Amino acid sequence: MTSAALNSAPVAAASGAGQTIFRRNLRQFASNRLAMASVGIVVLFVLLAIFAPFIAPHDPNETDLFRRLQPPAWQTGGEWAYLLGCDALGRDILSRIIYGSRISIFIGAAVIFVATTVGIAAGLAAGYFRGWVDVAISRLVDILLSFPYLIFAIGLMAMMGPGLVNIILALAYKEWVIPCRVVRGETLATRELEYVEAARALGASSGHIMVKEILPNILSPVIVVSTIRIAHVIILEASLSFLGLGVQPPTASWGSMVADGRAHILGAWWVSTFPGLAILVLVLAINVASQGLRDAFDPRFQE
Amino acid sequence: MSRNENLLEVDGLRTVFDTSEGVVRAVDGVDVTVRRGECLGVVGESGSGKSVTFSSVMGLVRSPGRIESGAIRFEGQDLTRLSTREMRAIRGRDISMTMQDALTALNPALTVGEQLSEMLDAHDDDLPARGAARRRAIRDKSVEMLRLVGIPSPDSRLGQYPHEFSGGMRQRIMIAIALAPGPKLLIADEPTTALDVTIQAQVLELISDIRARLGMSVVLITHDLGVVAEHCDRVMVMYAGQVVEEGSTVDVISNPQHPYTRGLLGSIPRLSLRGKPIRPIQGQVPNLVGLPPQCRFYSRCPERTDACLQSVEMRSVGPDRRARCIALTQEEVA
Amino acid sequence: MTSPAKPLLSVENLSKVYQGRQTLANRLAGVRPFSVKAVNDVSFEVRRGEVLGLIGESGCGKSTLGRAVLRLHEPTAGRVEFDGEDVTALSAGALKDMRRRMQIVFQDPYASLNPRSTVADIVGLPLRLHGLAKTTQEVRETVARILERVGLNAAHLDRYPHQFSGGQRQRIGIARALISHPEFIVCDEPVSALDVSIQAQIIQLLLELKDEMGLTYLFISHDISVIGYLSDRVAVMYLGEIVEMGPTDDVLARPRHPYTQSLMSAVPDVDAPGKHQRVRLAGELPSPLDPPTGCKFHTRCPLAIDVCRREAPISEQVAPGHQAACHRLSEDLSVRETVAGVQAR
Repeated sequence: MTSAALNSAPVAAASGAGQTIFRRNLRQFASNRLAMASVGIVVLFVLLAIFAPFIAPHDPNETDLFRRLQPPAWQTGGEWAYLLGCDALGRDILSRIIYGSRISIFIGAAVIFVATTVGIAAGLAAGYFRGWVDVAISRLVDILLSFPYLIFAIGLMAMMGPGLVNIILALAYKEWVIPCRVVRGETLATRELEYVEAARALGASSGHIMVKEILPNILSPVIVVSTIRIAHVIILEASLSFLGLGVQPPTASWGSMVADGRAHILGAWWVSTFPGLAILVLVLAINVASQGLRDAFDPRFQE
Repeated sequence: MSRNENLLEVDGLRTVFDTSEGVVRAVDGVDVTVRRGECLGVVGESGSGKSVTFSSVMGLVRSPGRIESGAIRFEGQDLTRLSTREMRAIRGRDISMTMQDALTALNPALTVGEQLSEMLDAHDDDLPARGAARRRAIRDKSVEMLRLVGIPSPDSRLGQYPHEFSGGMRQRIMIAIALAPGPKLLIADEPTTALDVTIQAQVLELISDIRARLGMSVVLITHDLGVVAEHCDRVMVMYAGQVVEEGSTVDVISNPQHPYTRGLLGSIPRLSLRGKPIRPIQGQVPNLVGLPPQCRFYSRCPERTDACLQSVEMRSVGPDRRARCIALTQEEVA
Repeated sequence: MTSPAKPLLSVENLSKVYQGRQTLANRLAGVRPFSVKAVNDVSFEVRRGEVLGLIGESGCGKSTLGRAVLRLHEPTAGRVEFDGEDVTALSAGALKDMRRRMQIVFQDPYASLNPRSTVADIVGLPLRLHGLAKTTQEVRETVARILERVGLNAAHLDRYPHQFSGGQRQRIGIARALISHPEFIVCDEPVSALDVSIQAQIIQLLLELKDEMGLTYLFISHDISVIGYLSDRVAVMYLGEIVEMGPTDDVLARPRHPYTQSLMSAVPDVDAPGKHQRVRLAGELPSPLDPPTGCKFHTRCPLAIDVCRREAPISEQVAPGHQAACHRLSEDLSVRETVAGVQAR
């Protein structure tokens, strides 16, 4: 069958949707060198987190008072077995960074997963049903948005007490607002399209329309936004841990490692600097990668 | 400047688009002649290359499209050899084009007055050089243009934005902007497709009217043979990137020579055909990538023979009348 | 075709009003929310096996009317009776069952198909929704059969809409509407977005399917040639009201309402270019937000007199089965002659 593309040959590049668009976007993304490098860095961190026990040279919680504040290997007093030096309790910083990546990445992913799921459900309901459902959800969103994020999370943590699950909840409590707003807007626009009306004309239920007709068509902007937000969540988690409200010691977390080194910053700069650097590199890589993702996949950023 | 009877002459124009699937030959060896003061109708379906032909004339083909070969002479001057800057000067002042979709063609962020003034400011040489006098002259001319295209109370509407106008009014505004510098050639790309019949009639009459008054030439790109029948002196039928038939409108419609033109005329539902079956052209426009050198209408033609499997040139079939079909015998014109 | 039996569809005094929400800001400012009578007190019948053409310009409410009949847009007032059942009173469950029998084909072959669904999913949806096929295999077989019928084939089952041309997409949309074997189809400008040669193919297909499957169409279009070609009766809409309705031959040969007359004269004609005197309507469709008083056409009507500005005309029978709503019907005027007369003077 000699179909489609030919008919509108010169404009073919501009029209169409679905599979080939996805492939074309993927190609565009792959051709973005900087974004691809960033993806590489993110993947590297993920691998570090998964295989931490095999990669880390030492037990991250093993203290050794003889190695208190031992400098990195290339400074006098350092040794190659403890590449990035040791902290005030003589724990290997490299190993703690490697283990700490588990916390950052896990919490980042978990919060975004929870928040995106909740946000999609709320956004779809608000955008599809409109009326009082929309008013209720939108007001809640407005209220949550009016709190400063970190202070809100600190308050919640203070109420719930520390712990991994509580951190995830404290951050997801507000994070869902972001995907919710995106989904609501896209749903409002999509529900007016003829194929949605066609499904209604055929007798489809609201559930079917939301999940089968609308959701697949609005997913890409949501995914793009969510990846960008992972970086945010990682910073927030680090901030909570830095303030002592995050993961409790002795579990290694980049935020608490930075906090640990605060007292020694003049004498032993490496204790705070390396975990800080880890946060910087991962967050930067996620940001650059997701921006590439956005440029490639979000139609609003295409020419 | 030559006092040639022909305002625009396009010779062997080939415009191609480089796509991942291959080279799309959107316009493949098209000749066009537009005489001074005439209205030429260009008819074809989507993918026929009718719009791309005239985007090429306007120098508006952008990557991945490019003009591969051919000459475009406007008043004897080859437009393909002009620099971007020289082309910009011609575009708008001497040739202007209106787009099918007025809503997207007009800038939503500028008022109608601003868009008109911009065009006048850039192209109108008769205005006072500078200062308040120039501004006033531009404003007066803008009001005059809106009045010309039949916008009620033009004075007060200059300050409005495109979205504040109805579809028909927007089309008029685009025509006003296109006409503001007083071009010698107006290319109207589907000017009425988006409009209702009663408004369509108004806009087409407006174009005919202004053409008669300003003595300019008009190229009317359309898919509607009815519009051509009522408004054009000559017509050019395009199919799959080529011209398949051309001649005076009356001739072509009353005595179509190419099977595609016949099919097109037979496809139009008409009151007079009630109860009788219409005979649509079967199949679809061929893929313009890697076409074999045969008649392009071959796959859909009800009259095809094996002789059609060779490339077919336009042949003269009467005075001022050409068609591209192997079944036609070349007529020697003295 | 012209059975005196009960009509398949009967619409009585149907209205659809779009009401803006009253917001606090508006209330403070003393602004009343907008209210648009998209469809205003419309009544008509469609007999089984007939094609009723509904013609009008954009914004006249013809698409809203088509959707209100199907309760895709909830009517504000009036009754829609389908095969003896009051559609407007149906519960959600009963309405879902009714959807199997009343379908719609949309104008835009690009917007009306979900870009992320395959043809098998799109066309097979009604089968799943109404439990008409048990297994996926059965769905695919049924879809393949109907695709075959509309001029596509089983090889297209797993493709996505963007892989098809406009004409093929419209065939997919038709297959989707027909797969549940409905009796009544609202065709909402099904050929307006298509190229001329493709348009003819689709018209032919729709007419064939109508005969084969015993369908009844409410065919909405702005194109008088299309309506004239395929409909048995025609209704002309202007600003939410039906101004003239009757057998197509009669209405088009002898239009009685000045709007119908001007509509017909505005259509460019391949057969007789410039033969007829054109009636040039002044201005454009008035804003439905602020419709004219009296006869809604008076602002553009070349025949308008005082009474037209004050009173809305009532529809009268002008010939068997042919009705029109105009104050000057009895004078039997032709817009064309009147305008010609004025111009001659």
